[in-house]
Amino acid sequence: MTQTKPKIAFYWCASCGGCEEAVVDLAEEILDVVAAVDIVFWPVALDFKRRDVEQMADGSILATFLNGAIRTSEQEEMANLLRRKSKLLVAFGSCSHLGGIPGLANLFTRESILETVYFETPTTQNPNRVLPGTQSGNGNGELTLPSFSSRVRALDQVVEVDYYVPGCPPLPKIITRAVATLLGGHLPDKGSVLTPEEALCTECPRKDSKPEKIALKSFKRPQEILIDETQCLLAQGLLCMGPATRAGCEAPCIQGNMPCTGCCGAPGRVRDQGAKALSAIASLVDSRDEQEIDAVLASIPDPVGTFYRYSLPGSLLAH
Amino acid sequence: MPDVNSNLSQVAPLGAEELEPKIVAFFCTWCTYMAADLAGTSRMKYAPNARVIRVMCSGRIDPQFVLAAFANGADGVLIGGCHPGDCHYQEGNYNCLRRARLLKRVLEEVGIEADRFRLEWISAAEGDRVRVVINDMVEKLKALGPLRMKRETMLRGLHPQEHPVQEVCV
Amino acid sequence: MPETKDIDRSGVQIGVYVCHCGTNIAGIVDVKALTDYAATLPDVTVARNYKYVCSTPGQELIKRDISELGLNRIVVAACSPCLHEKTFRNVTAEAGLNPYFFQMVNIREHDSWVHTDRQAATEKGKDLIRAAVRRVRLHKPLERKRVAINPSVLIVGGGIAGIHSALTMANAGKHVYLVERDATIGGHMAMFDKTFPTLDCAACILTPKMTAVKSHPNITLWTLSEVTQVDGYVGNYQVTVKHKPRYVIEEACVGCMECIDACVYKQAKVPDEFNMYLGKRKPIYIPFPQAVPQVVVIDPESCIEFKSGKCKKTCVEICADRNAIDFKQQDRTETIEVGTIVLATGFFTFDAKRVPYYGYGTYPNVYTGLEVERLINAAGPTSGEVILRDGRRPKTVAIVHCVGSRDENTNRYCSRVCCMYSLKLAHLIKEKTEAEVFNFYIDMRTPGKGFEEFYNRVAEEGTHFIRGRVADIYPSRGDDGRLLVCAEDTLVSTVRKIPVDMVVLATGLEPQPDAPEVCRRFHITCSTEGFFLERHPKLAPVNTFTDGVFLAGCCQGPKDIPDTVAQAGAAAAEALALIDIGYIEQEPNTAHVLEELCSGCKTCIPLCPYQAISFVESKKKAEVNEVLCKGCGTCVASCPSGSVQQNLFEDEEIFAEIEGLLAYA
Repeated sequence: MTQTKPKIAFYWCASCGGCEEAVVDLAEEILDVVAAVDIVFWPVALDFKRRDVEQMADGSILATFLNGAIRTSEQEEMANLLRRKSKLLVAFGSCSHLGGIPGLANLFTRESILETVYFETPTTQNPNRVLPGTQSGNGNGELTLPSFSSRVRALDQVVEVDYYVPGCPPLPKIITRAVATLLGGHLPDKGSVLTPEEALCTECPRKDSKPEKIALKSFKRPQEILIDETQCLLAQGLLCMGPATRAGCEAPCIQGNMPCTGCCGAPGRVRDQGAKALSAIASLVDSRDEQEIDAVLASIPDPVGTFYRYSLPGSLLAH
Repeated sequence: MPDVNSNLSQVAPLGAEELEPKIVAFFCTWCTYMAADLAGTSRMKYAPNARVIRVMCSGRIDPQFVLAAFANGADGVLIGGCHPGDCHYQEGNYNCLRRARLLKRVLEEVGIEADRFRLEWISAAEGDRVRVVINDMVEKLKALGPLRMKRETMLRGLHPQEHPVQEVCV
Repeated sequence: MPETKDIDRSGVQIGVYVCHCGTNIAGIVDVKALTDYAATLPDVTVARNYKYVCSTPGQELIKRDISELGLNRIVVAACSPCLHEKTFRNVTAEAGLNPYFFQMVNIREHDSWVHTDRQAATEKGKDLIRAAVRRVRLHKPLERKRVAINPSVLIVGGGIAGIHSALTMANAGKHVYLVERDATIGGHMAMFDKTFPTLDCAACILTPKMTAVKSHPNITLWTLSEVTQVDGYVGNYQVTVKHKPRYVIEEACVGCMECIDACVYKQAKVPDEFNMYLGKRKPIYIPFPQAVPQVVVIDPESCIEFKSGKCKKTCVEICADRNAIDFKQQDRTETIEVGTIVLATGFFTFDAKRVPYYGYGTYPNVYTGLEVERLINAAGPTSGEVILRDGRRPKTVAIVHCVGSRDENTNRYCSRVCCMYSLKLAHLIKEKTEAEVFNFYIDMRTPGKGFEEFYNRVAEEGTHFIRGRVADIYPSRGDDGRLLVCAEDTLVSTVRKIPVDMVVLATGLEPQPDAPEVCRRFHITCSTEGFFLERHPKLAPVNTFTDGVFLAGCCQGPKDIPDTVAQAGAAAAEALALIDIGYIEQEPNTAHVLEELCSGCKTCIPLCPYQAISFVESKKKAEVNEVLCKGCGTCVASCPSGSVQQNLFEDEEIFAEIEGLLAYA
């Protein structure tokens, strides 16, 4: 009789598919994962259906890794369902952890989004101004669609979450470590993020090149300068979110000569990543005069998109 | 299930006390807090809408505090510090200024109107300015309406049958 | 402070005390309602209200509750913490609790005294108390630190202020370093001829003090020296002083000045700074005859040996027995340790070229007050005769008050001394030349002892007074070399154009041009006009906001010699008071780094004006020097990972206060 392997599930909500790719990126290591566990639900890869999950006993799935933010009623239902059926629900990737890039949609009303998509984009021809409805029928039966909520939410704004695996997407080594932790004997405190608490600078290969004082008269976007491959990116005027972002990824973006954009969320003690990031960036402005400060800050074209790129739904702003 | 075609449901009528704007004011000890004390000793009268949190220097003010105030129901946030050049700790107020200018842009982008977040330089001798600023801010906030209600309005449609519970920072 | 111990209790037990303050609070705020409300809050063990909580029985009430009810947090809702926070912290400490387990709520200055609506004021009181209760729950025990004070003193600036301060402290037995930038002490006062209102000879009253400084065993006098760096904190300053080369060995020179006579320059050719460039000196010179130290100095800009290396060096020859001349001297730095610092760096005169319509620099016979002091002085470039640049003696003189002062275009403030010195110059010029003197004034500011009497005397001597601001000065038509001074005589409502031979501009006082740099170097602040900022204009005029650094004289603001000397004595007294106690106690609201969280991002490092937070290379993390930290919290707010926290103002404490203010009952 084979010993029953622990059951795990993967599900995706409002996401791009990158988190699913990240699991696949484990490459050979995925075979170790598959050997150790039983994947009972993974829409992108396996043929299990929702009703299969509904028929499982509550709490019978050891861990569900749910990626993507919550935008539709279907996603909300699935989140609730999987919460019921899982011992541990793990928010996987930036979207479920923080709201992710889809979270920036919270800057617009639902109405304006639907109107743009269905009426106003240049290639749309919708003279009757038809919008998708939750129920419609043309005589051949009834069609239902999930409803589209007014806000994007992170997973923990909908259900209780046990752990978070951060990243957009989470890196293979982070995933492996997270899975090992969860399958191992000692579970961390409930609600933990499964990466170190410090900020990224601690792991950054360019850390030693960072001067003690950075004073900038303007910020630069990556396409505006020839980025020096050895020097700290903030020192070069780029908006690197490293100091305000959790470590654990070992700074692959910096190694790719691009500034960190903050996908792993805030370090340990911070309630709002964007607020802390903007505080640190503001202290680099080389001026004491209000108008000059504004002029320097004008070189940051999109503050919300920069500081809250991944974290808007869960931030103090979007309450 | 809410129909995506529906308009925002009607705003429920507000109770009288909810129309008075609530202001959270962060005052630095050496200048603005003392100015507020001076307004008191001089028995100046002004609107009762502000609640002061004392910090040592306006440089201590973390943007998270401003956001937490809005998130918890403040309709306006006021920061009071020493005039540029006169900071008791030399440069703290310049740091406050830089953060405030960037924070202002973020707030406006998410729909929190400019008049709701205000940075004022008030020295310890300017008791009257405390009175003037608070009264002025209350007037402007009354004209803008309560922020918390506005947010609830925006959130409606999420669960039209429920009022979202005031989410408190954890 | 009495020794305290934390009473070990499990669970937080808060006592809330609402003060009536007679009717000051109770008249508007419903103190009973506040008390009842406070009693309903979580973790509040007892809530009371009392007529005057700060009184002895009020304090006893709190102490009794702490011991009988096991309270471990205290909230007092009363007047401003600026008034009584210390009082109640002491009460808490006396009852055996850490004094920082206390929070004060201001329901008087910020509530009952400024609102008229009883209900609104009471609701506000509830919000404030609720916030304090939530906050005080998170307070941690904190200790004040004692730091020992080094008894040595540094005085920067060797004018009358620095000299007086130095002598006072040296006489009290303290070791004083007096550092002066120029080659001699004496400052501006040494340039004056007579001082108002007594017409004392400035040099006569100053030089004995200068000599006393030189000979005092407790004073180390360094001239041609400047402070380049100040590290440390009150009681423990490390000061770096740079000594510029004099090219003369001070200990070897006896002040015979034969080298000056022997100089290859037979005639003096270099414009002489001490005489306001009206006279000339040689490259080797002594600033003025009574200079202290009595040692010559060589100016490398004009000395042939420096410019070409090919001088006969007759000066060296004549000094063969003493061998005091040393062309090889270099800049030299050394670091000293002192406990307190007095800044007495003086003033700078307003540059009259900034008001070009007065003709200074354009017309040769327009002078500044200080230039005229040198002309009148017997040791000056004209041996005390008032002789104009074109050789004439003036028969008519105009003295223009308020040049650069009381003017929106230049300096708004009044320079305080100019009316008096204008009267003095009027008197002295009249005495020397019997010229007709016109003083053009806006107001006559003569407040000091004997000042008004002096004004009357000068008026009785026949000086003309025209009440009107001078609008323009330009040459009169014709070749008589005179200037026309135009002003509206407001007392008779007529525009006067008075032809004069000489114009004296009573230029105002400004801060030294390097004041902003000096401010930063000594970690103090400047006011908007640029003078060093005192801690309180009335109650602490010689203290700065930086403990251990004091101000004396015109560097703090324009003033005359009596006030300067008084202030110098006051600064000395403040410094001596600190030194006598022997230690200083520091408030514990300093910042600290949570090392396990710090990522070494260095965002905080450049933000501290006191350099209290530094990057430790070995750990690659930030670290706070608690003694240097003043507790502003700027680094805390800027830290993007929340790794720096401030005692008593931690993030969580402030969040609790915010939530408490806004939570609905």
